[in-house]
Amino acid sequence: MDSLTRMKRFHQARWNEPIIYELSEPGQRSVLVPGACCDSFSKEEVLGTIPNGMVREDLANLPEIAQLQLVRHYSHLSQENIGVDGNIDIGQGTCTMKYSPKVNERLAGTVKLLHMHPLQPENTAQGVLEIMYKTGELFKSISGLDVFSVQPGGGSHGVLALASIVRAYWRDKGEEQKRDEVITTLFSHPADAAVPIVKGYKVTIIQPDAEGYPDIEAFKAALSERTAAIFFTNPEDTGIFNVRIKEFTKLAHEKGVLCCYDQANANGLLGITRTAEADFDMSFFNLHKTFSAPHGCGGPATGMVAAKKELRPYMPVPLVEYCPEKGYYLDFDLPKSCGKIKSFWGVIPVVLKAYSWIMTLGADGLREVSRVAILNNNYCIKKILAIKGASMSFPHHTSRIEQARYSWEKLKEDTGFGTADIQRCIADFGTHYWSSHEPFVIPEPFTIEPSESYSKTDIDDYCAVLAEISRMCYEDPEAVKHAPSNSTVHHIDHDYFDDPAKYSITWRSYNKKYKGYFEPK
Amino acid sequence: MKIGFLVNPVAGMGGKVALKGTDGEDILRRAIVLGAVPTANSRAETSLAVFREAASDNQFYAPAGEMGGRLLSESGLNYEIVLEPSEKTTSYHTKRTVSLMLAAGVEAIVFAGGDGTARDVCSVVGEKVPVIGIPAGVKIHSAVYAKRPKDAGMMVKNLLQGKVKRFVLAEVLDLDEDAFRNNVVRAQLYGYMKVPDDREFMQDRKSGSSFSDDSERLDIAAYVIKNMHKDGIYLIGSGSTTYSIKENLNIEGTLLGVDAVINRVLEGKDMAEEEIRNALSGFEKSKRHLVITVIGGQGYIFGRGNQQLSPEVLRMIPKENITVIANSSKMSDLFGRSLIADTGDTLLDEELKGYIPVITGFGKKIMAKIG
Repeated sequence: MDSLTRMKRFHQARWNEPIIYELSEPGQRSVLVPGACCDSFSKEEVLGTIPNGMVREDLANLPEIAQLQLVRHYSHLSQENIGVDGNIDIGQGTCTMKYSPKVNERLAGTVKLLHMHPLQPENTAQGVLEIMYKTGELFKSISGLDVFSVQPGGGSHGVLALASIVRAYWRDKGEEQKRDEVITTLFSHPADAAVPIVKGYKVTIIQPDAEGYPDIEAFKAALSERTAAIFFTNPEDTGIFNVRIKEFTKLAHEKGVLCCYDQANANGLLGITRTAEADFDMSFFNLHKTFSAPHGCGGPATGMVAAKKELRPYMPVPLVEYCPEKGYYLDFDLPKSCGKIKSFWGVIPVVLKAYSWIMTLGADGLREVSRVAILNNNYCIKKILAIKGASMSFPHHTSRIEQARYSWEKLKEDTGFGTADIQRCIADFGTHYWSSHEPFVIPEPFTIEPSESYSKTDIDDYCAVLAEISRMCYEDPEAVKHAPSNSTVHHIDHDYFDDPAKYSITWRSYNKKYKGYFEPK
Repeated sequence: MKIGFLVNPVAGMGGKVALKGTDGEDILRRAIVLGAVPTANSRAETSLAVFREAASDNQFYAPAGEMGGRLLSESGLNYEIVLEPSEKTTSYHTKRTVSLMLAAGVEAIVFAGGDGTARDVCSVVGEKVPVIGIPAGVKIHSAVYAKRPKDAGMMVKNLLQGKVKRFVLAEVLDLDEDAFRNNVVRAQLYGYMKVPDDREFMQDRKSGSSFSDDSERLDIAAYVIKNMHKDGIYLIGSGSTTYSIKENLNIEGTLLGVDAVINRVLEGKDMAEEEIRNALSGFEKSKRHLVITVIGGQGYIFGRGNQQLSPEVLRMIPKENITVIANSSKMSDLFGRSLIADTGDTLLDEELKGYIPVITGFGKKIMAKIG
């Protein structure tokens, strides 16, 4: 079968599914909890042990629903979803969508792990602590660094951990007030600029030169005694690997500046080059994405921090350590620590999945992952550049690592249709496409990242869809205008996502904003 | 929807015959003698072709003949004539047309022309109703114009189909044509008009919320104000981004002029070059500060709309005390291009070359090259 005959046609499910709270019926239960038996305490006795001020007077507002109705509700929702398991998910560039082996899901779902409590004594949690510790040991080889923390719950959270370490370091050196600037690059992940600002730093962004590399002259001009740290993503979101990266870290180190490497997406680097070789002092890795654990729809995930041993005193507490007498234990004894980044110790199921994935592949396997990801990407570039109306950012810089940012500028010029139109159309083909995040400097952008999970056939099929939509734009504009014709929503008004007065992420906040829950309107 | 449609039929005629513009009747006569042919209507027609279909249920208002009426009648759209211009159309006809359109209750004005036309339209409409500019003139320095006639057509279409979600303020700039013919560039900022924000595709994001231009301006202003030194003099240049500082200081500053602020109090308003020099000389050099923005879509920081900031003035201020601020969308539009300092003093222009941080948010800067 060729890719045209294989082309998927898809009709999205649509249920007028209410919010679970609206399905709530007083008295309904999914699970009937057994009553107290003879030697247990009564409710009153237990509540009697809690200080009066802490006992709530009203019941928690939880939905009440029977099991079948509950299962039906979530089944409907799952039918309205799309994910790696259901489509060729290479259109979400920079996110490294890859297959998460089901065996690892089973491991993470075992009762041994499910029933762990973060506050149980260390000597009863040796297995989990060992996995956390040994994941760090594996990252000694992967990153070339020495100390690790799996505490951050995501990539941007990893940036926050690095920025917190930077602040703790300069506080210890007595230069916290003076060193108040951070430098990043335009095509680093936007969190590398946004998060240090949250941490109170002034952030200066370096734009790329004509080749697509960060402009080193601009970097020299930005660097000063006020610089606390640099935050660089490499390869950048254009898919270009900054081959001059050591020149940047050398210049920074000459001014005493800490160097932070955003390795959230290390999918093209495993076994090929490391944080240590680029002379960075610390970095973070997303155990979701590169190391196969699912993203969890924006978390919980893990942005694993790695740092040189000199920075150990400033790491988030606790660190997982081992000594023959105590076994594995949590070390809180870091008086200069940046503190805690997250409650408890980390998102353990994600760590377990990543650990299992790395152990399954081994060192050669990891290198193969990156080699295949790079090969897939360069094959994909060739296919996409053959599509009418498509081009690549920084066209003179032809070699890319694991992803590439493209442009529909020509298509827009010729047909009036741009990246948002492609995005609408693609829903009818049962797949997904992302129009890229900031910086918004590449006209009509899109970013494709065919990680190692996808076969040549998958890539052919996805590119065939893009080619078909391009053809529609040129030859059948009416069809494009009305697309998606088999989906549930034609156009989403983004104003709701931008306006804090309008969006609600919980039922409570929805009631508050729309129904005057707290102050009846 | 009620739409005003206006073509300046002589816009663009001076260009091909190297007259640098067509403002004023004498120049127009010379242009015609040199063989110039009108092109504005054909550019407007290109634009109209894009939105014609979407416009069938709307009511247009236009002057007769070459100023818009002919195109509308040929396209079969519903229109009403608001003015019968004389054969030789002038800037008066443009202004008169716009005020008649406003009286008729138009909700938007589409016009084709150059910087001179934009100036005339702006002088009447200001920020009252949104406009869409079809570039048809010799000089297109004003940010109110779409990149190409087709893009302008697309904007009108989006507007008619209710797809325009927000509007932004764009500059109206014009060069002094007489000076320009003598190779002297003297541009002035004449005002702002509301144009559709066509960056709709940017709304499709992976995560987080991107600020609208307005809240970004507020962020920039808050940051600049927070970092103001006591007992220094701050010259604050023209532009809507810098105006936000004046607004947030609660002072009655000017949008188009250079104002002086000392200890957050307005001490000079719409100052001329000499006034500025006198004000600066009362302070030691390290206490003299200047806050400016990038004007228009071409990246000028000096020499466009702020000639009060003469080479003499600029030499009085240490380079490190010059703060450039701009919305990140403006910097994105300039991606790959340098900022331009055209002070009128080539030596000073040379000295100003290099890198300068441009503040684009609270604590957020982007290194820009002054080329």
